[in-house]
Amino acid sequence: MSIAAKFEIEYLQYLDAEGKEVRKDLPAFAKDLDHMVELYKLMLSTRVFDAKSIALQRTGKLGTYASCLGHEAAHVGIGSAMKPEDVLAVSYREYGAQLYRGVQPREVYMYWGGDERGNDYQKEPARHDFAWSVPIATQCLHAAGSAMAFKIRGEKRVAVCTIGDGGSSKGDFYGAINVAGAQNLPLVAVIVNNQWAISVPRKIQSGAPTLAQKGIAAGLFCIQVDGNDIIAVRKAMEDALERARNGEGGSVIEAVTYRLGDHTTADDARRYRGEQEVKDGWEREPMKRLRNWLVAKKVWDDAKEEAWKAECDEWMDNEVNAYLETKTQPVTAMFDYTFAEVPADLAKQRDYVLSLDQKAH
Amino acid sequence: MAQITLIEAVTQALAYEMKHDDSVVVLGEDVGVNGGVFRATQGLQEKYGELRVIDTPLDETTIAGLTVGLAVQGMKPVAEAQFEGFIYPMMEQIACHAARMRNRTRGRLTVPAVWRAPWGGGIRAPEHHSEANEHLFTNIPGLRVVLPSSPARAYGLLLAAIRDPDPVIFFEPKRIYRQYKEEVPDDGEALPLDVCFVLRDGTDVTLVTWGAQVKESLEAADELAKQGISAEVIDVATLTPLDFDTIAESVQKTGRCVIVHEAPKTAGFGAEIAARIAEECLYDLLAPVERVTGPDTHIPLFRLEMKYLPSVERIVDAAKRTLAAS
Repeated sequence: MSIAAKFEIEYLQYLDAEGKEVRKDLPAFAKDLDHMVELYKLMLSTRVFDAKSIALQRTGKLGTYASCLGHEAAHVGIGSAMKPEDVLAVSYREYGAQLYRGVQPREVYMYWGGDERGNDYQKEPARHDFAWSVPIATQCLHAAGSAMAFKIRGEKRVAVCTIGDGGSSKGDFYGAINVAGAQNLPLVAVIVNNQWAISVPRKIQSGAPTLAQKGIAAGLFCIQVDGNDIIAVRKAMEDALERARNGEGGSVIEAVTYRLGDHTTADDARRYRGEQEVKDGWEREPMKRLRNWLVAKKVWDDAKEEAWKAECDEWMDNEVNAYLETKTQPVTAMFDYTFAEVPADLAKQRDYVLSLDQKAH
Repeated sequence: MAQITLIEAVTQALAYEMKHDDSVVVLGEDVGVNGGVFRATQGLQEKYGELRVIDTPLDETTIAGLTVGLAVQGMKPVAEAQFEGFIYPMMEQIACHAARMRNRTRGRLTVPAVWRAPWGGGIRAPEHHSEANEHLFTNIPGLRVVLPSSPARAYGLLLAAIRDPDPVIFFEPKRIYRQYKEEVPDDGEALPLDVCFVLRDGTDVTLVTWGAQVKESLEAADELAKQGISAEVIDVATLTPLDFDTIAESVQKTGRCVIVHEAPKTAGFGAEIAARIAEECLYDLLAPVERVTGPDTHIPLFRLEMKYLPSVERIVDAAKRTLAAS
């Protein structure tokens, strides 16, 4: 028998659930403890932000919201590895990555609070990133198309898309990694495998032992990492970004994590998964291990934790106030961005809706 | 000056715009060395290289999504759907992203892209190669739906579509791809989008149509003229956003209207035009509005397809019914 091709998928982890180093070859960025503290602080602020969002929804001040609880290492790992000129195309819960790139909490609140202006990210580099993409996996092709544009123009930029375990079942995901492999596009696709696609568990999505290996079929570099270990996520991202930037090909990274919360605030996960599983998920969650590791390195302690939490609370309160004080857009806003210029026929409809609105006031 | 066919006019427009604007790229299945199955992209890869004339993997979803990504990054992609019957996998990317990116982001990100597709029946093609499905796109806000009906309008409207800052679906009536030639100067002059073209003035009845049926409608107008009936012929050209004023002006003059399209009748775009006439011109009408369309069936395989498509005879009959009514 001869073998046509042979593959294996590497699994990468630096910190175990308790924050013990499981390998000694820490990457360079992890030796910069100030930087690691910064990453931890952003993970913590992401968690504070998330709790604030849920509280806003529960008190009727926000529409349906998709929580990122438990994904902090994966998301911050992705965002912090990217260069400003790169482009990020997310689904709808990757706040840790987006906050790193300049999306403001008030913008997230505006989007989930029913105002399109939340997608008009004001700060670079988020300003040139894609907005939240609700139709599953469709954003992967936007990243691939962006990567194609970078290749055509000879720009040393990389497009990154993120997707869930469920999303990796869709053709758009396969289409994106397939064309990236076939045309050597600078694309990094990250599957944030949180084990659940609303109520459907990972095992129903695919018979493959890893989701990373889907990239093998596309001819991409593939790796599975502990998605709760930010060092592993960040390292895999850095390697993938560098390869892509140098024209050495795209990658699929599977970051294995766990969705500690409901799918969205409209979901009740108790309907379909047991308490023990969630308890186990909390044992492996990403904050604890990094905190333990930083405490052991003597660069973090309870006082710093409390002080930073207080700062985050203040930041989020400020953002919430800014959001709550935002006036609703004028009714004409629903017309004004349909085309670059409102066509004559549509202008008549706009004028009519405006007249109704003026009558109502 | 050379006389060219409609398909050659498409190629001429693509070549002109690729020459004058580096951000224009063409992508699709077989668009490279082969020049497209109808040869619309003939010679372009040779001239502009594989980076700008891109043979993609065989997946319409991929083509459509790449097009969105390219356009958001400031390219002007012209994607080809090989046939309109294969455009359905592209619709999610077109409806959910291309058409709403500007609105979603309050103008921060935009999709200046064109999706071209050979469109319509009458070329004895296999199943799924003969649809008229423009009405499935005309209900999508933020999208222009354009159908040229002559070599000159194919050239001018395609240039306009590529230069437009918003997404455009550009359906090319493949039945008349090579039906006749006319002079089309390669001067880079675009025609206006969002306006109807009055191709023939008349006083008794207005024939409103688009795409390949423009030819049958003009022939019907000739036939009606022989019978002493003066028909005005309007090529709608851009279905959405609709220039209804031109249609209204004509119907107010003639008092009679026949809408001609090859798509199925129910909820075809003719229904929208008829409704607008009812809303805005009812008291100008001397007779009920007539529609000459495909029936509410799938277009049959080719032995029967010419019986499905609107004919000169059916258009003449419908026009005469409107005259008999008043």
